[in-house]
Order: sequence, then structure tokens, then C-alpha cells
Amino acid sequence: MEEILEILEHNSKATADEIAVMLGLPVEEVEAAIKQYEADKVIVGYSTLINWDKTQKEKVTALIEVKVTPQRGLGFDKIADRIYKYPEVTACYLMSGGFDLTVIIEGRTMKEVALFVSEKLAPLESVLSTATHFVLKKFKDKGTIFEEKVVDRREQIFL
Amino acid sequence: MIMKDMILDKIKKVPPSGIRKYFDLINEMTDVISLGVGEPDFITPWNIREAGIYSLETGHTQYSSNAGFIELREEISKYLANKFDLVYNPEDEILVTVGGSEGIDAALRALVGPGDEVIIPEPSFVAYKGCTAFTGATPVTIELKQEDDFKLTAKQLEEAITEKTKVVIIPFPNNPTGAIMGRDDLYELVQVLKNKDIVVLSDEIYCELTYEGKHTSIASFPEMKDRTLVINGFSKSFAMTGWRLGYACGHKDLINEMKKIHQYAIMCAPTTAQDAAIEALRNSEEDVTMMSKEYNRRRRVAIDGFRKAGFSCYEPKGAFYVFPCIKKTGLSSEDFCEKLLIEQKVLVVPGTAFGECGEGYVRACYASSMENIIEAMKRIKEFADKY
Repeated sequence: MEEILEILEHNSKATADEIAVMLGLPVEEVEAAIKQYEADKVIVGYSTLINWDKTQKEKVTALIEVKVTPQRGLGFDKIADRIYKYPEVTACYLMSGGFDLTVIIEGRTMKEVALFVSEKLAPLESVLSTATHFVLKKFKDKGTIFEEKVVDRREQIFL
Repeated sequence: MIMKDMILDKIKKVPPSGIRKYFDLINEMTDVISLGVGEPDFITPWNIREAGIYSLETGHTQYSSNAGFIELREEISKYLANKFDLVYNPEDEILVTVGGSEGIDAALRALVGPGDEVIIPEPSFVAYKGCTAFTGATPVTIELKQEDDFKLTAKQLEEAITEKTKVVIIPFPNNPTGAIMGRDDLYELVQVLKNKDIVVLSDEIYCELTYEGKHTSIASFPEMKDRTLVINGFSKSFAMTGWRLGYACGHKDLINEMKKIHQYAIMCAPTTAQDAAIEALRNSEEDVTMMSKEYNRRRRVAIDGFRKAGFSCYEPKGAFYVFPCIKKTGLSSEDFCEKLLIEQKVLVVPGTAFGECGEGYVRACYASSMENIIEAMKRIKEFADKY
């Protein structure tokens, strides 16, 4: 059944009918499995990968390294919770190594991101320091190469 | 001098590819979905390409030994042992060739000549018949039937064998039908062959693309090992068609003679490709599995598509082809393909290209993106509804 997830991960538009044919399963079984995955929050959501650079919309992404003080009994969870609840935060990971949290922010402008860091993130009590890195260009995201041209270069050969 | 008269009749008699005309047509059209070409649409996995680049970068541009790098032959030996229970000594039982095709050609040249017969089940890959004819030997074909799941039966084989039979070609998983032969099926053939002076040429180039059970090689039967030559390669399993790399494994006396042909005609297989192939065998298991899984999904979509369009379609268990029966349209295989191409812009290949018995069938290769296959099946249904 995990193959259903593999297919949906690459193409969330694949219908239960299509998946059923691909996997040789009854469509009811596929529908039921998807429902169950959704109920169990294994499938957390369906989103679309967009290359915003190709649109008029201004958008910047920044990766922020955050050092925090973990809290007794709660570890990093509570402080992470306070951070990832901001809608500007698109991803938040606990890290090993030189800092604690990776926070990925999307904003309209660099100024907006800078304001978020200086006014919301940095002043949080447990936050010791932040280092903000702006993304200049996205080459590949979620396994998809943005500028890749798929050209079928197979010649007409007979075999 | 008239050049045509200078050329041997046995060469001239071999017909050129029967589907050239479709390729000419396709060049003048746009938006064609080609399910015609029999090669992976995947590009060689990056780690393998990178190994090829590294090989060039570090100046590894010399010949290898005639039989191929011993390091590569050792990897081939390990791979065959792990996957298919085949035991070959890398020193003298493995020859690295320029694609599987070179192995087929060298084997036939080493084994047969005028007066000998080569048994070839059809429909199948076009090179067997051509290469046999080039040697002056006689191809004897066996018609594989849909009601037998396109398998070669012991009875058919028994009936085709004569005193002149020297080689039997066993091409499974099969191009173009997608049929496979499981252990039980092969056992029946082994009973026919085990006490005869006949060499089996087992073409297993599609071995990694087996969707039901595990591929079995006829050479894994102890009584067959010394009388079988296994042909295999990197083209289909690792999506490495353009690298031109294959190998032949068998009795050291046969390999040794084939090595002479290879040595004088080819010298050695390309060094860059051999270096890349070492990486392929060491670190590409995951990619092979991923590709095979993806082909399997497309296979089901293609079978479903042809069946929904009303065609009787045998469920292929291997390779990347479906071979539906198109007799219900009343069209010949060639007319079907030409009309489908012109009216719906989908290219499939007439079954007759793989032997006369392919009449009434077409071959569609599902090594194409899922979107292409879904769209092609839609167009084929529209076409079928008209006939």
C-alpha cells in the first residue's frame, strides 16, 4: 500500500482510478487506503510545487539558523511550537550540529523577512541567536528540477 | 564494376528494417507519441554517468584487455551469482561485449555455418534471424502462440529439432511479446535439450524487468550450464543503451573462441562504458528497482488501455512491451500502424516486424512517461471505436 503514497508524493493529482490501474488493485481498496492515510495524517495535505520566479509575484525565501535554550522537561518542542505557528514559517526542523533549529521563512520582500527576524523571532526569550541566509535561486525543490527541459532524445532506431 | 553484384547474396537477402517508412512519416509530423522505440526513456542514473565522467577526467582512455577489465568481469560474476544463481569464472567464462548484440553475433559466428540450423522462436528480436543468415546457417522458426502465453513449449521445440540443429535461441523475457519462462516452463525444455549436442543461446537482456516472480536463467539448471551461453548487458537493466555494453557467459572453450572474433573485429568494449558499468553493478540496485517498479505501473496502464479499447491483450510479465491482438479491426498489422500514426499520431510497431507470425498483432513499448501512455491509450481507444 505504500506504493500509493509513492505515486501521490510525485503526483497528488493522480486519481484513485488511475492508481488502481497502475497497481493492479480494486479501486475501492485504493480509495479506502487513501481515506485511511488521510485520517491517520500519514497524508498530511496536498500541495502544488510552484516556481514563483516565473510569475510577477515578489517572493523571497530565507533559511534561518536559530540557537535556543531548551526548556526543562520540554526540550525543544515548546520553543519550536512558538516559532512554527507563525504563518511566515514554511518549515521548521530540529537539527544536530552547530545550531538547534532550521527555520525556513517566506516573505514578500527581504525587508519583510528581516522585520520578522528582528521583531518576532530574535526577541523570543529562549532564542540565543539567529543567522539569516537568503535563497538567491532555487534550482531543485522537493525532488523536482525547476528549469529541467524534458527532451526525448531517443532516435528512431529499430530493435 | 557494379557494386551490387559484388555483395554476397546471403547479405542482400536479409531484408532491411520493415518500419523505416513509419520513421520517415514521423519526422514530418508533430505531437506524435512514440511507443515505437524499444529503449528505456530513463536516462542512465547519475552515479553511473558520474563514474563515466570521472573515468574520462582521470585520463582512463586506453584499451582494456580483450575480454574486458577483470574488475568488471568480477562484478558481473558476483552479480549473476547473487541474482540468478549463475556461477561463472571471471577469468575465462565471461566476455565483455559491445552490447548484447555483439555477443549474439560472435556466438553464432563461432558456432554455425552453412548446413547448420538455428532454432528461433518468433515473434522475437530481429537480430537472431539476420545474424544467423549472415553466417550462412538456416534459421528455423517456431511460432509462439498467444494461447500458450507466448511461451516456447517442449513439444514445439522437440518437433523443430533435426540432425542439423546446432543452436537454439531462448529469448525471454521476450521482445516483443513480454512473455517470460518460469522455472517450471524451462524445466520442460531442459528435458528435451539436456542430452543433445545443441548449444542454447539464452538472451536475458530484459532479466531485471520481470514483473511476476524472479527471472530464472536456463543456465541455472546444472545439466544446462555447460551447454548454454547467456547473453546479457547493461542497456535495459541500467538504462545504458547508448553506452553499448553487454556480456556473454558460458563454457570457457566457447568464450575463448568468441574472444578471438571479438579481438579481431572489435578489440575491446569501450573503456569509459566499462568503468561506468562497474559503478552500475556496485551501487545501482535502488535505481534498477525504481525503474522496474515504474515500468510495472505503466505496464498495467497499457494493458488496461488496450483492453478497454476492446483488444485482446495478453498480460506481458516481462520486458517493456505489450503485444495486443488487433485482428478485430480487420486491418493488417501494417495498415493498423500506419492509420494509427496518421489519424491519432501514435506510433506502435507492426507485429510482422518480428516475424511473419506477428501478423494480427502490434508492439507498443511502454518505456515512455506515464502521461504519454495515458494520452496514447486515450487516442488508441478513439481509433478503435472507429473500426
